[in-house]
This record gives sequence, structure tokens and C-alpha cells, in this order.
Amino acid sequence: MIVFDRVSKRYPNGREGLSAATLRVDAGEMVFLTGRSGAGKSTVLKLIALLERPTRGTVLIGGKNTGTLKSRHIPAFRRGIGMVFQDHKLLLERPVYDNVALPLVVAHTPLKEIDKRVRAALDQVGLLGRERALPLELSVGEQQRVGIARAVISKPALLIADEPTGNLDADLALEVMRLFKRFQEVGVTIVVATHDMHLVHELGLREITLDNGHIQNGDNDPLPGMVATR
Amino acid sequence: MSLGLASYGARHVQALLASLGRLARNPLGTLLTLIVIALALALPLGLELLVTNARIATGGFANAVDLSVYLKSDVPLAKAEQLATSGRARPGVAHIEVISADAALAEFRAYSGFGAALSVLSANPLPNVLHVHPRPDAESADALESLRRYFAAWPEVDLVQIDAQWVMRFNAILEVLRRLLIIAAAILGAGVVAVIGNTIRLEILNRRGEIEVTKLVGGSNGFVRRPFLYAGIVYGLGGALLAWAIAAGAIGVLAEPVARLARSYGSRYSLVGPTPQELGLLIAGGIVLGWLGAWISATRHLQSIEPRA
Repeated sequence: MIVFDRVSKRYPNGREGLSAATLRVDAGEMVFLTGRSGAGKSTVLKLIALLERPTRGTVLIGGKNTGTLKSRHIPAFRRGIGMVFQDHKLLLERPVYDNVALPLVVAHTPLKEIDKRVRAALDQVGLLGRERALPLELSVGEQQRVGIARAVISKPALLIADEPTGNLDADLALEVMRLFKRFQEVGVTIVVATHDMHLVHELGLREITLDNGHIQNGDNDPLPGMVATR
Repeated sequence: MSLGLASYGARHVQALLASLGRLARNPLGTLLTLIVIALALALPLGLELLVTNARIATGGFANAVDLSVYLKSDVPLAKAEQLATSGRARPGVAHIEVISADAALAEFRAYSGFGAALSVLSANPLPNVLHVHPRPDAESADALESLRRYFAAWPEVDLVQIDAQWVMRFNAILEVLRRLLIIAAAILGAGVVAVIGNTIRLEILNRRGEIEVTKLVGGSNGFVRRPFLYAGIVYGLGGALLAWAIAAGAIGVLAEPVARLARSYGSRYSLVGPTPQELGLLIAGGIVLGWLGAWISATRHLQSIEPRA
């Protein structure tokens, strides 16, 4: 599902976000990206979502080389990826319903279909009935679940989450992770960046550890034929 | 296909409603912007109405362009009639009246107040005169000049006088006003584009967060831009309608005194408002300028807003 082949990312300020990183995430897999803050976890996620372009190397998503994707095709590409953020990035002046519906609205989904899917997504995260609430009327955990409902509403094959539990206490964090696990069980590929090692060990899933832009561990062989000069 | 078209229409209606809702939530700011746009559109409209009304008000005089052809005093009336007949055959001549020396003297005696003084004259000092009325299509300065030369070349003619030079001057003034109108419309149109562009720019900056999130979940530039284009169109349309209201108000205030003024000149003229064509042009102009200002601004500023997760 995701292949990084010797990917480097140098930011305009000269900081090296990622150095010759090679990694692979299979379809249907759920993995953790771990490491201290600044280790490059967010850079990996940004490269997956095409929020950044690699300086060197190749990123394949779903078998497609993202380096050849034209800017005008990026919106459609992003609609195929669900994204969850630590600060949830909800529109605070819009009700829950509008926030969750947004990915479908930008994809020009018919209104009736939107209505059905918003309810289904809110049901999945346990927030059915809160459609008209504003994000600030919800608890932090609920806000994060709205963010997750928004990320999964377009039924993406890939879900990426950047420190989704960073603002949550241990119980809520575990609850959110179990939610992700349920999506994985129905076939969604999930990459979660986190520094919460306790949580990672609790769930016992594969982890890819980054340190200072380098990949530290893991069975990250790229696809056959891409091994080349490792 | 019809389904695709329906959803295409639906999402445009959606974008339009969202734009209207946003404008309605900031009524004071929206109103101020509309007033600025309306004033910028009302000025050229006012000039256009001024030119149109001046033309109509003077329509009666404009037809009074004519030539007085004074014959030499030794040319008899019979010869004058003969000359008039041949003059009538000239293209550009509508009709010719012959004013005999006797008739002219009688008229002069009746209206000038010199009746007693004139009676001491032994002979009529006035010549026979041909009053030449050009056809309406021959009233241009060039055509009149060519007519003047035609009559002046006759050996029996003493002097040809064009009686309506002021009408030509007046028409020239109207032409200057019309050019001013075009210049004003161009400058103020650019102003409308700038005002709407700036308003949209502020709106984009205000909604930066929302735009970022929309792009983050896969909203295309076109999707993000659409409500701003509608806002521009709404501003332009609203400004045009307000400009119309301003013009109608001004005409309402002026109508009565202008009519009174016209009556004092024995005219039944009254002020005319914009024609349907002028209104159509005003409204279409407002919409196009609004769309253009929003498009320039949105295209420029939306590109710089990219999501940074």
C-alpha cells in the first residue's frame, strides 16, 4: 500500500526531515510510526498525503508513484486518504454534521447519500445524535472522534493519523486506538504516528521507529525489484 | 447525464446560498461595499442619462438646422421660385421655402417695432430668400458645408448662412460628454474590480483556516474558489441594482423641477430614466466586473493557501 524507497526530505530552512528512508506498509496493515518529536514521523505522513514532496527518492501509494502526480490531481488523490490530526482540524464555527460531511461535499456527493453516510460515520464513532452540536460544545475525546468520522466517511483505503491521542488521557487514547483497530479489521490500511509507547505496546502492532530522520528498525523491505542498492 | 447536470446545478446553488448566507451575516460590511460599488456604477449611468436626456430635450431644436440663402437684390421673385425648384432636386435637401422680399418686409414691420421708420423707405431693401431645410441624414457639419458651397456657387446668390451653428456645437458638446462617459465607465469599472477583489481578498484571509481544512480533505481549487466567485457576482449585481435605485431616486427628485423648466420654454419634455438596454448593460456590467474582481483575487490568493498539517 505504501512504499518509500530511499526517500529524503529537506525543508527550505535546511532541516533534514527524512534521510534516505525506506519502508513498506502492506494493504490492510496497521502500523505505528514512533520516535521522539522531530524524528520525522510527521514528515512521513505529509509525504504520504502529498502535503510535501520528497527532495529525493520515490513514494508509492497504492502502487502509484506520487512523484508523477500533477498538482491538479492532488485533491482527488487526497480524497482517497483519511487524515486524523492531533489538533483535529475541525471547523469550529460549523456543526459536527458539516465537519463530517466536508470530504463528501468537496467530492460532489449527492445530498441524500451524504446524509446517510454522515449518520453511519457518526454511529461508528459513537456520536450519533450530536450532528447539530458545535465542536467546542464537545469534549476533547468527542472532538477527536468527529475528526475520525470525517477521516473515514469517504471510505478511504488508507487512513493516516498524526498523534491522534496526543491531547487525550490514557483511557480515551486507548478507546481511539481500538476505533482505528476496528477500521483495520474491515480492511483499511492505517498508519498512526505516536510517541505514546505504552499504547503501542498495549496494542502489539508492528512499529516503524524513526530517529533524526533515519529509520531505526523494522522489516521494511521494499517490494521485490526495488531492492537494488540496499 | 441529467443526474450529473442536476448535481452540478445543485452544488452551484449550494455555493451561491453559502455566499449569500455569509454576506448576510456581515450586513454592515456588505452594505458599505455595495454602496461603494453602486456609486462607481451610478456615475457612468448618470452621465449616460444626462447625455440621453440632453439629446431628447433638444431634439426639437436639432431639427431646426437650416440654411438661409440670400439672393442678390436684383433677382426677381420668379427667378427665386425657379432656383428653389432646381435646389429641391439636390440630394440632401428636404424642402425649400421661398420667402419673398415683400413677405420678409411685412414680417419685419410687424415684429421689429421699426414699422414707422420702415415706411419712409422708398423701396424694399430686403432680398428674396430661400430657406433650405436639409434632410435629417444630411445634418452633419460636412454635409451642411457642402450644401452651403453648392448654393454659394450660384451667380444669383449673395450670401449663404448656416443658421444653426450652436446646434452643431451642442452636438459636439454631447459627443465630448459621451467620450467622458466612456472614460469614466472604464476607470470606475476598474475601480469596481479593485474594490471587489480587495473585499474577496480579506474574506479569503478571514477564512484561511477553513480553506486549509477544505484542501486537506481533497477540495480542489475550483471547489474552494466557487463561493468567492458567487460572492463577487452578488456584490456586482447588488451594486448594479443599488446604482439603478440611486439613478431612479435622482430622476424622481429632478423630474418635477425639470418639467417646470421645460414648460416655461413651452416644451412638453420630461426626464427619461434608463432604457431596458441601459439597465441590462448596467446589470450585466456589474455581474461581469464582480466576477472578474473575485476571480482575479481568488485565483491569486487561494493558490498561496496550502494545507500545512
